[in-house]
Amino acid sequence: MAAPETSTAAVPTLYTNNTLRNAFGGVLSFFILLLIGVLAFSIRLFSVIKYESVIHEFDPYFNYRVTQFLTKKGIYDFWNWFDDRTWYPLGRVIGGTVYPGLTLTAGTIWWLLNSLNIPLSVETVCVFTAPIFSAFASWATYLLTKEVKGAGAGLTAAALLAMVPSYISRSVAGSYDNEAVAIFALIFTFSLYIKTLNTGSLFYATLNSIAYFYMVCSWGGYTFIINLIPMHVLLCIVTGRYSSRLYIAYAPLVVLGTLLAALVPVVGFNAVMTSEHFASFLVFIIIHVVAFVYYIKGILSPKMFKVAVTLVVSVGLAVCCAVIAVLIALVASSPTKGWSGRSLSLLDPTYASKYIPIIASVSEHQPPTWPSYFMDINVLAFLVPAGIIACFLPLTDASSFVVLYIATSVYFSGVMVRLMLVLAPAACITSGIALSDAFDVLTRSIKFQLPGVSSDAEVDEGETNSDTTEARNDEVKAEKPEEKSKDRPSKKSKKKEREHVEKPSAKAKVKTKAEKKRLLALPLEASVVSLLLLIVLGAFYVVHCVWAAAEAYSAPSIVLTSRTRDGLHVFDDFREAYAWLRHNTDVDDKVASWWDYGYQTTAMANRTVIVDNNTWNNTHIATVGTAMSSPEKAAWEIFHSLDVKYVLVVFGGLIGYPSDDINKFLWMVRIGGGVFPHIKEPDYLRDGQYRIDSQATPTMLNCLMYKLSYYRFVETDGKAYDRVRRTEIGKKYFKLTHFEEVFTTHHWMVRIYKLKAPKNRIRGKTMKSKSKTSSTSSSKRSGTKRNPWL
Amino acid sequence: MESPIRATRILGFIFFSLLFFVCRSAPSHNLLISNAERRIDLTSHIVKVYLTLKVENAGSTPTSEILLAFPPTQVDHLATVEALVTKGKRKKTTLVRLDVKPTELPDVPNGNKYFTIYLANPLSSGESTTLEVLYMFTHSLEPFPAEIGQSESQLVYYRDSALILSPYHIKQQTTFIKTPSTKVESFTRVEPTNRAGTEMKYGPYEDHPPYSFSPILIHFENNSPFPVVEELVREIEISHWGNLQVTEQYTLVHGGARHKGVFSRVDYQSRPTLSGASSLRQLLARLPPRVHSVYYRDEIGNISSSHLRMDSRKSELEIEPRYPLFGGWKATFVIGYGLPLQDFLFESSDDRRYLNFTFGCPLLETVVDKLTVKVVLPEGSKDPSAVVPFPVEQHLEAKYSYLDVVGRTVVVIEKKNLVPAHNSHFQVYYTFKPIFMLAEPLMLASAFFLFFVACVAYLHIDLSIRK
Repeated sequence: MAAPETSTAAVPTLYTNNTLRNAFGGVLSFFILLLIGVLAFSIRLFSVIKYESVIHEFDPYFNYRVTQFLTKKGIYDFWNWFDDRTWYPLGRVIGGTVYPGLTLTAGTIWWLLNSLNIPLSVETVCVFTAPIFSAFASWATYLLTKEVKGAGAGLTAAALLAMVPSYISRSVAGSYDNEAVAIFALIFTFSLYIKTLNTGSLFYATLNSIAYFYMVCSWGGYTFIINLIPMHVLLCIVTGRYSSRLYIAYAPLVVLGTLLAALVPVVGFNAVMTSEHFASFLVFIIIHVVAFVYYIKGILSPKMFKVAVTLVVSVGLAVCCAVIAVLIALVASSPTKGWSGRSLSLLDPTYASKYIPIIASVSEHQPPTWPSYFMDINVLAFLVPAGIIACFLPLTDASSFVVLYIATSVYFSGVMVRLMLVLAPAACITSGIALSDAFDVLTRSIKFQLPGVSSDAEVDEGETNSDTTEARNDEVKAEKPEEKSKDRPSKKSKKKEREHVEKPSAKAKVKTKAEKKRLLALPLEASVVSLLLLIVLGAFYVVHCVWAAAEAYSAPSIVLTSRTRDGLHVFDDFREAYAWLRHNTDVDDKVASWWDYGYQTTAMANRTVIVDNNTWNNTHIATVGTAMSSPEKAAWEIFHSLDVKYVLVVFGGLIGYPSDDINKFLWMVRIGGGVFPHIKEPDYLRDGQYRIDSQATPTMLNCLMYKLSYYRFVETDGKAYDRVRRTEIGKKYFKLTHFEEVFTTHHWMVRIYKLKAPKNRIRGKTMKSKSKTSSTSSSKRSGTKRNPWL
Repeated sequence: MESPIRATRILGFIFFSLLFFVCRSAPSHNLLISNAERRIDLTSHIVKVYLTLKVENAGSTPTSEILLAFPPTQVDHLATVEALVTKGKRKKTTLVRLDVKPTELPDVPNGNKYFTIYLANPLSSGESTTLEVLYMFTHSLEPFPAEIGQSESQLVYYRDSALILSPYHIKQQTTFIKTPSTKVESFTRVEPTNRAGTEMKYGPYEDHPPYSFSPILIHFENNSPFPVVEELVREIEISHWGNLQVTEQYTLVHGGARHKGVFSRVDYQSRPTLSGASSLRQLLARLPPRVHSVYYRDEIGNISSSHLRMDSRKSELEIEPRYPLFGGWKATFVIGYGLPLQDFLFESSDDRRYLNFTFGCPLLETVVDKLTVKVVLPEGSKDPSAVVPFPVEQHLEAKYSYLDVVGRTVVVIEKKNLVPAHNSHFQVYYTFKPIFMLAEPLMLASAFFLFFVACVAYLHIDLSIRK
């Protein structure tokens, strides 16, 4: 809240009292915010306490590796980094294909700490980046909600966001992913947009563009901003809410923001070329037309204006039609209509599963289930409708934005479970508004009916606190022409001035409001009970969030634990295998595995991989998928042609780890078959069922993935009982001819095989085998697309 | 590739030994060894040799220096030489440690290297004394075959001489060699040679002139793992707030016969005694008592397979590498722990402080190829000097740690080829004024103070152009 200004001329007792209250409120909310920051940070430390300070999962390992490179080699080498450790033999231009926001942020923090002689390792900085930024995100939420509904709602929303499980799932300590900083950037951009909308200050508009730039640097989700804000602008224009503040909030953002966005290498010309950005340009044109119309309206007489309108509309329509026709032709000429696959699958949820199995194969791109809503936003799901209603009482520019934000994000979260993350802040903001309004109404009812309180004035003071922003919003609207004439007064004098202007009118308003509110007061018992119920609801939320943070989302997924009677059992097989690769293979050896393990292999084992989690080349992934689903000899040929020396498979059958390669295998078949049609999914299914037991098809039992997973598995228990599939495997005894087992981890979760060297050619034998392979391969590949690596 | 080299080496030995008989130049001595007994322990990968010499002064002038000679092939692997002399008569004998120093002598036959034992009391003419000499070799067991599969056992060669190389005339000598098991593939016979169980006896041989040499080759089974730390960096950081932080970075390798071909987890788990008998499954580190906050990790995170046992006299940390180490396999890891400062930091009489800490590697039965000990003194400490009981290389460095301005002085001590016998104490002396302890808290306090002052100032200054 506003800082106290005691040096004003008129000092009525009421006023001093009020300033003191404000000052107290300011200090209090400062400390509450501080505590919320601490809460947001510390609730995410469960993973460090329960497990260890380590980078989690898959993508964070890549970001960590990039950060290490950045801190070691510096920024210029980072931009020019061509990574030859991945996508062998293609390589990847990291500097130009990565969103650098997160990496640069962590790199800067590391550099700053080290120049202060605080020797934290890059890993530590990376692990704690996400919790730090979630504290920032909750402060940004406060700023945003404060602009919409006042400080009370802001604090509530910030507290809710600090511990919303959906956001925790992506920002626990160690989850060093783009989303960690991007959510902060997203909320901060929105809050600056609202701030600009409320103040009409170019200063905030510029800040807004910079925040948008940071968002573009951080995450591909920036397209959400550049589509949502134009939608809101359009909404404002359509509902007749156009104002010069709206213009200032929007026009600089498009111009500056697009220019800045084009500076990020990964976006570059996409900022003006792809369909994701067209909406903003269209609205940019519209807002200029509207502004022009308003201007003309101001200088012309109403009659003249009507004439002008008919003239312009007829000409304008013709021009617009022409432009739109050209645009449509341009867009239609590109195969994906100028949209990227992920964006298209957002607009058409069935798109991915139909055309791009690689996007559909990622679990976080699936649509969420109902329980996942309850899991991720919990009681907020019930508070959101109330919050939306509260936003309509009264509907301001800012609150209409919140309504639009929640509506769109609900849709997107319904398409992809990953975008639940975008919904979470919106849900927190609306629920914050709902909760704080409800508390407001209930406490006021209690206050009015308590016997001790009688004087109106005293009660009113309390009200002014929460009403000021609202009042200010009205105020700002009212004094719009006046404000225009002012140049750019400094923030303090402005504040002073506003308070001067505000006081009398606000007081008058408050008087009438108090009368109204007295009528709106609820019965004492009812309000006490509902207050208690609300507190219980909040307590449920807190309990759920803490549980989610501690149990559901803290596992780093590279270390698994299971609680048995003898205590905690740790499965550290992934790192065992990666450490083995790192120390006991040659530096230039190539390791083939399914793409899930690509990032981890490059980061932890420091070995070259064929494909990784940045799934930019479908053909290459399909090649590996084909090799995994081919019989041994064909697979050996594919891997040999790729210069692969080791093949890594993840196998959970011994200990019951469900997300292993056998369970992912159908995706390998599908993706491989999408490019190389001789791999057919029905060959691996028996009557449409995927099985590996004695009923499995011969193709399945002879494919490389089956063999590498189950090689000598029968010798562990004599029956070869697979604990994940809950069945005995189909083919138990077999030998490998072209691969040899070089390493298997303690719990068999990772198995590494080496390609045997090609056999020496013996004259007669070569002839025979050659003719045989050529005949089989020709029969197999007749009329199919050939493997480019053969 | 390997075998011709070995052949030439063996030939070289024979050639050298012949030479020894021919040219006996050596410094003129009037000492002679009346009786020598040598016990060579081959049970682990560190070869320990216990030598008992009865030295007699046959000349006319008293002497206090006794020379030990080593062939050049052995001296590269020689880790430590210690000499003790028995004092007193009968039951009241005590062992007194003697100074041993490497010595360069002019006109040395065949590049032999010498160590001089300095007697406390000169040996006068006609007198005799008994010396106990202990020396250790590292990397002296050569695996043959050099590559083995998972289920094969590890066989090694050991080369030495049946006769003790000495610049003195030896009247009578015997050599006992102890092997880890009874499985001995072959050994050179230099009659009289006996073998009983795990022990072989060469000798007794009578009256051999100086520099007698008779190469022997023993090929035997040694299934103990060969843990070799290629590089160890120990950083010992002193904080006068009461903590001593030790961080040890290891590069561990199994120095035995290289692993060949397949590693099968099934075999390894179901038949642990047969399969991977020589693999390195676990290590034991002996840490000081009252150790706290112990961690064991590598560059990709914590390694969960470790146990810490503590009692009042010592702490034992049992660590397993992430994967069992077969011959030639490597692993890197870091062990870190904190210790209470008062156990290790003392004040000397001249108002200086000194740190008293063990030098070598805390892992048992481990060879360290290169050790770097870094003692990080607190910021503001002066005149550092280190006292180490054996020859080392030393230099100073500066290190910047939490909020340092001038940096901390780091005493860096380097030594190559260490065995557990080097785990003796060393001291680092320095002067330190306790007022420096307050430097960083004061700095932080003033920084925050300035920050708040700036905030207050900003809130009271109106920077606007228009009032």
